[in-house]
Amino acid sequence: MRCWDPRIEEMPKEDLQRMQYKLLKSLVYRLYSFSPFYHDRMKEEKVHPDDIRELADVKKLPFMFKRDLRDNYPDKIFTATQDDLVRYHVSSGTTGKPTVVGYTQNDLNLWTESLARGLTSIGLGRGDVIQVSYGYGLFTGGLGMHYGAERIGATVLPTSVGNTERQIELMQDLGATAIACTPSYLLHIGEVAEKMGVSIKKDTKLRAGILGAEPWTDGMRTRIEDWLGIKAYDIYGTSELSGPMYTECAEQKGFHIWSDIALVEIIDPKTGESLEPGEKGELTITMLQKEALPMIRFRIGDITVVEDGVCPCGRTHPRIQRIQGRVDDMLIIRGINVFPSQVEYALMAIPEVGQHFQIIVERKGALDDMLVKVELNKESFSDKIPEIMKVREKVEHRLRNSLNVNVNVELVEPGSLPRFEGKSKKVIDKRSL
Amino acid sequence: MDTKNYVIKQISIFSENRPGRLASIAHALGEEKINILAFSIAEANGFGVVRALVDHPEKAYKKLSSLGFNVAFTDVIAVQMQDIPGGLYEIAKVLGDAQINIEYSYAYSGKDAAVLILRVDQVEDAIGKIQKSGATLLERSVFH
Repeated sequence: MRCWDPRIEEMPKEDLQRMQYKLLKSLVYRLYSFSPFYHDRMKEEKVHPDDIRELADVKKLPFMFKRDLRDNYPDKIFTATQDDLVRYHVSSGTTGKPTVVGYTQNDLNLWTESLARGLTSIGLGRGDVIQVSYGYGLFTGGLGMHYGAERIGATVLPTSVGNTERQIELMQDLGATAIACTPSYLLHIGEVAEKMGVSIKKDTKLRAGILGAEPWTDGMRTRIEDWLGIKAYDIYGTSELSGPMYTECAEQKGFHIWSDIALVEIIDPKTGESLEPGEKGELTITMLQKEALPMIRFRIGDITVVEDGVCPCGRTHPRIQRIQGRVDDMLIIRGINVFPSQVEYALMAIPEVGQHFQIIVERKGALDDMLVKVELNKESFSDKIPEIMKVREKVEHRLRNSLNVNVNVELVEPGSLPRFEGKSKKVIDKRSL
Repeated sequence: MDTKNYVIKQISIFSENRPGRLASIAHALGEEKINILAFSIAEANGFGVVRALVDHPEKAYKKLSSLGFNVAFTDVIAVQMQDIPGGLYEIAKVLGDAQINIEYSYAYSGKDAAVLILRVDQVEDAIGKIQKSGATLLERSVFH
C-alpha cells in the first residue's frame, strides 16, 4: 500500500489549508467559550475568535509553553472531563513536577492514525512484525507505536526496553521486520548481537528501524544502515502533541506533519515573529483536533526548518527537517528529557550536598551516561567512607527518582565546581553523534 | 589512669580523586610549618579521604578549612609495636579477643620502633585492653 489515507495525504495544498482554517476557527471558538485558561490568554492578547478570518490569523493567537502545563498541574487546563479521558501519559517537567497529558478516545485515534500513515509511508503493513522497543508505560513511546503498528495490521512484538539478549532472540525467532526504538538503543542491540555471534544484517529479517526520542544525525543513519543492513527512519513527537507521531517517508527527507492534525509554524525564538518556510527557528505547533488538551501555538523548544513543497513521495503536507538543537538547555538522555533545573530542584532537598552541580554526559558504548558532580557539605563529612558512600547513593537515588534516568554521582570538594559562569557551564555534553 | 592522654587527634580531609590534590594539602601544611608525622590515603569510588597525624592539628584544621577543604577531627590511638615478625599479631589479637573492631589502621616505622595508628569503635576499651596486655601506647604529647 502506498498511502494509508490517500484522500488526506495527497490532498492539494489549497484544500488542506482550507481544512486547517475551518478546524482552527472552530477550535478557537470552542476554547474561547469553554477553556477559562485559554479565554483569559486571548483576552490578555486582546484577540477574539472573530479576529480569525484566515489561516494566517493564527499569528494573532497567544503562544503556549511547557510551563503552562507545569503551572496548571496536573489537569487544570484539560478541556475534557475525566469521564471522557481514556488515558494519561506523564513526562518530566522542568522542575520537580512532571507534566500530565490526557487523551480522549478521539485523541488516541488521531495519534494512531497519524502513525498509521507514517508507518505505511515507509512500506510497513500487514505481514510485518514490528518490535516495539520503546518503553511502555508513562512514556508515550511504547504504547503510541504499539497502537500505530496494530492499526496498519502489522504484528506487534511489544518487547519494551531492556533485556537486550532476549530482544535479539525474539527478533530472530519471530522474524521481526522492523524495530522502533531510540537510535542509541539500536546501536546497543547491534553490539550485543555481535557479542552473541548474531549478525543483524545476515541472521535476522530486520529491514527497517523507526528511530527517535533523541537527537541523531545523518552520519549515524549511514552507520546504522550500513552496519545493520536496514533502512533507518526518523520519527518525531512530544507528549504534549500526543507522543511519537510523525515519521519520515521512504524518501527520508524530513517528517511529514499532517495538516489535518497539526498547523506548523517556525518562530524566531527571541522575538516570537513568524519565519518563512526554509528559515531556521523554533518549531511551534497548533494541534487542530485535540479534545482533552488543546495545544495552541505550542513552543516546543526544538530548532528546525519547515519545507512546504510537495514531497517527491507525492504527499502534500509540510515537512520539518531533523531537529537541529534546542532553544533551552534540555538534554535527552536515553530518550528521556532531562532539564538541568530538575537536578537543581532535587538537590535542594538533600541537605548533605550543596546546590552547585555539573552534569557531564558521555556515550559509553552506544548508550548515554550521565554523571552529576555535587559538592559534599562540610557538615556531612565525617571521615567515615561508608557514610560518604551513603550520601552518594542517596543523591543517586533521588536524582533517579526525579529524572527517571540512571545517574552516576560524584562527590567533589566544596567550592570546586564552577560558579557564576552562566547556564551552559552546568552541562558538559561530550556525546558526538 | 587517664585514658585521655592516649587519645590522639587525627585530621581527616575529603579529597577528590584527581591529580594534585595531595600536593595542595601537603603544600598548605608546609606553608604553616606543620609537620606530618604519619598519614594514609583511603580510596573509594571517585573520592578519597586523607588521614594524617600532625604536630599542630588545630592549626592544620584552620588552614585547610580556609582553603575550602572538608576537614574533620577523628580520635585514634597509637601503639608501639616491636619491629619484628609477629609484632602486629600481638596487638591485633588483643583487640580481637576483646571484640573491639578496627575500622581502619595505618602504620609507620620510626627510628625507635614501629607505630600502629588505630581507629577503633571503642576507644576507651581498647586503651585499657592494650595497656593490660603490656604493649606501649604512645601519649598524645608525643605527637602534639
